[in-house]
Amino acid sequence: MKLIFEKSIPGRGQDIFPACDVPVKMPAAPLREKKAHLPEISENEMGRHYTALAKRAHGVNDGFYPLGSCTMKHNPRINEKMANLPGFAKLHPLQPAETVQGANELIADLEKMLCEITGMDGVTFQPAAGAHGEFTGLLLIKAYHTDRGDTERTEILVPDAAHGTNPASATMAGYKTVVIKSNENGTVDLDDLKAHLGPKTAGLMLTNPNTVGLFDPNIMEITRLVHEAGGLCYYDGANLNAVIGIVRPADIGFDVIHMNLHKTFSTPHGGGGPGSGPCAYKDFLAPFAPGLVCKDGKYVRAEKSIGNMTGFYGNFLVMVKAYAYLLTIGKDVHTIAENAVLNANYMQEKLKDLYPIAFDTTCMHEFVIGLDPIYRKTHVSALDVAKALLDYGIHPPTIYFPLIVHEALMIEPTETETKETLDEAITAFREIYDRIFNAPESVQMAPQTTPVLRLDDTKAAREPHLRYEFCDCE
Amino acid sequence: MGTFIPNTKEEQLKMLNEIGYKDFDDLFKVIPEAAKVKGELDLPEGMSEIEVDRKIQGLANKNVIFRSIFRGAGAYNHYVPSAVDAIANKEEFLTAYTPYQAEISQGILQSIFEYQTMIAEITGMDIANASMYDGASAAAEACWMCKDRKHSTIYVSGAIDERILTVINTYSFGRGSKVVVIPAKDGVTDKDALAKALADDPAASCFLMQYPNFFGIVEDADELCKITQDAGAKFIMYCHPLALGALKSPGEIGADIAVGEGQPLGLGLEFGGPYLGFLSTRQQYMRQIPGRLIGETVDTRGDRGFVLTIQAREQHIRREKASSNICSNEAWCALRAGIYLSTIGPAGYAQVAELCSSKAHYMAEELDKIGMKLCFKGEFWNEFATTCPDADKLLAALEAKGILGGLKFQCCGCDDSDCDCILWCCTELNTKEDIDEVIAIAKEVF
Repeated sequence: MKLIFEKSIPGRGQDIFPACDVPVKMPAAPLREKKAHLPEISENEMGRHYTALAKRAHGVNDGFYPLGSCTMKHNPRINEKMANLPGFAKLHPLQPAETVQGANELIADLEKMLCEITGMDGVTFQPAAGAHGEFTGLLLIKAYHTDRGDTERTEILVPDAAHGTNPASATMAGYKTVVIKSNENGTVDLDDLKAHLGPKTAGLMLTNPNTVGLFDPNIMEITRLVHEAGGLCYYDGANLNAVIGIVRPADIGFDVIHMNLHKTFSTPHGGGGPGSGPCAYKDFLAPFAPGLVCKDGKYVRAEKSIGNMTGFYGNFLVMVKAYAYLLTIGKDVHTIAENAVLNANYMQEKLKDLYPIAFDTTCMHEFVIGLDPIYRKTHVSALDVAKALLDYGIHPPTIYFPLIVHEALMIEPTETETKETLDEAITAFREIYDRIFNAPESVQMAPQTTPVLRLDDTKAAREPHLRYEFCDCE
Repeated sequence: MGTFIPNTKEEQLKMLNEIGYKDFDDLFKVIPEAAKVKGELDLPEGMSEIEVDRKIQGLANKNVIFRSIFRGAGAYNHYVPSAVDAIANKEEFLTAYTPYQAEISQGILQSIFEYQTMIAEITGMDIANASMYDGASAAAEACWMCKDRKHSTIYVSGAIDERILTVINTYSFGRGSKVVVIPAKDGVTDKDALAKALADDPAASCFLMQYPNFFGIVEDADELCKITQDAGAKFIMYCHPLALGALKSPGEIGADIAVGEGQPLGLGLEFGGPYLGFLSTRQQYMRQIPGRLIGETVDTRGDRGFVLTIQAREQHIRREKASSNICSNEAWCALRAGIYLSTIGPAGYAQVAELCSSKAHYMAEELDKIGMKLCFKGEFWNEFATTCPDADKLLAALEAKGILGGLKFQCCGCDDSDCDCILWCCTELNTKEDIDEVIAIAKEVF
């Protein structure tokens, strides 16, 4: 398909701006000489261009989307309608506080609900995404230790199954990452944890359930040990959908957490953002919270605030969407976790006679297939299976993650899928299994029905081509 | 009462039984009892859609929508063409995840590739990334990009928006970099102070300026660039993306990195977010870029396609050695920016820059006539600072008429410590009539 630049014809375009109703005046400063190449295209042609692009994308309503760790649940329409209300969308962030009472009431109410769900005492909405929330939480931990004069704590413990953002966030916060091994059950190895805890421990980052979809049975012991060593406990809320309304991170010993409003709280992912990663904390971290908070009609900053994570108050319209979602569900939030876990176990149970399950026990909201034994026999890889699913109209699971499982396929159906959808996906997986053994090349050659076939990632990285090159040779 | 779970209670129970569980309690027995919530959470009863709609409409109605806006300071009231909403709200764009599976994500990937191209074009740089959270966080990440083993001190102009500085400081608290503010003099960076500071510091890594700066002044970027690069540091320009429709581009100036707040490119005011950080740079810094990059390649048939690329920089591969932890960014906002720039085209891009400038100059002249003088001598584009006898009084009078006046800010540094200052902003949406109305109200007030 052509790029929009290749559809551009000089002289074409759209009329958006009116003639200038005041004398034209430009600053007496150096002006641009080289014009920017931008498309010259009619509204109709532009509309068709983007409609064609939309047809080459896969949204939640295009089909099943069991992308592990991403919680691709239905994005309710009411969320969008509410976020588009002019009373929110047209607010300047620096309007006087008395003119944004409704917005601040919404933020305060959402904070209260998220505190109840997590068991925490306060929330900052400044972080714009999950990883940004992690970074914020780690800065709170750092500020806490620094404030106490406890400056020798330089290490953050991270399990080997953790999301890549965890160690990357630790680096951004100036910490050394210390990797904790998983045990044979796929959860934290207590002995290894104990061996690495000490006076250098600033904290532990943990996802629970973890990335293999298991709830750590020793969780209370783990957080107790970290606290005993003087560290704090950070909860990576990427997997909160599994336990919302059932377990509260604060009750099991966590001090600070981030949530992904674009996962658990049903706001759309937008093809890679905007998300929102509010960070909730216990009272003793409140003095370090970032950003301004509206209290009694005035904007105030926490006494020892770490500063700001974003320019204003975070991704406000995403907060409106999450608020609409929580108002809808209310105190029944536990039904989200129940059905997310049920759907995952249902699929796991119906596939485990064929596919090797990495840790064969009751899973939480997702489970991981370790295709390695099959790969060794057939040379059909996790990537091949993922690509084969494309021809069934199913978005593939997350692959090659977590790193502790070889040839991993991580499947998260979410609670908003019907039994029929799960059954169809199970049938597809079982058919692919047959093909792996009877016609392996058909799996290795997949997909065949998509707009493009398998793409050459190596070429993209070796000969980087990150933009369209215009030809100025007229 | 509201739910988005499709399976009925009976179906749920049947599924549970089918896979060997009695009920949900049985399914959740893998979680230790001590870890579970006792009783019910203190949350309100769920609501029907109509009730949710009513409740949130009620909140929205409590907010004031100004019919005329003269406030910028980081968030700008530009027109959003109808096509932007119509196209961006297609659910394939809105609801997709990060395009990990390229074969069914070509639409998302190509739209970002086009966005990367447009950002590179307007900033005059070689390459751009797929987006950052917002302008301020993009600035903080750009500063980090410049750090190497020998160079770590970050220099920023004292004439930048304090919000950007705060985010840079916060990021630097994490990474342990020193941030030094070069004072502003007469509304612009003190060049001599910059030259001296950089000369005295072998660990200087970069200098960041805002273009136009917080006070609206178009600083002498050529000279600042020369001073910075002569001292061996990297030059970062934080730009208003529509100003570049008129002003010399960072590429033409020779900047190492251009960043900025992309909100003016087809995003509303939205009470501060979601916005869009943009970041572009020279080819040679490609492997230090934070965040996602989309690249062109071919499929097995040799047809053109697009993929996420140069991922060896990123957190999911490099983990603690990654160039940033950024994962979700602001792809949908970048899509909007791409549609916006395609809609206005090169002619509109130049036109909107001219409109903003002309309106701002007209307003400044009219304010001058009634005694509200420019605080600074420097050239400006869409924003400018003036004195005001009583800013609170004027802004309240404007507010009463549905007008959001400029932003009151602390004394500009003149001799009169009681001096009130206002930072005004004009866009293509402020008509001559709107401006004249402000002047008329100001005349009445004083």
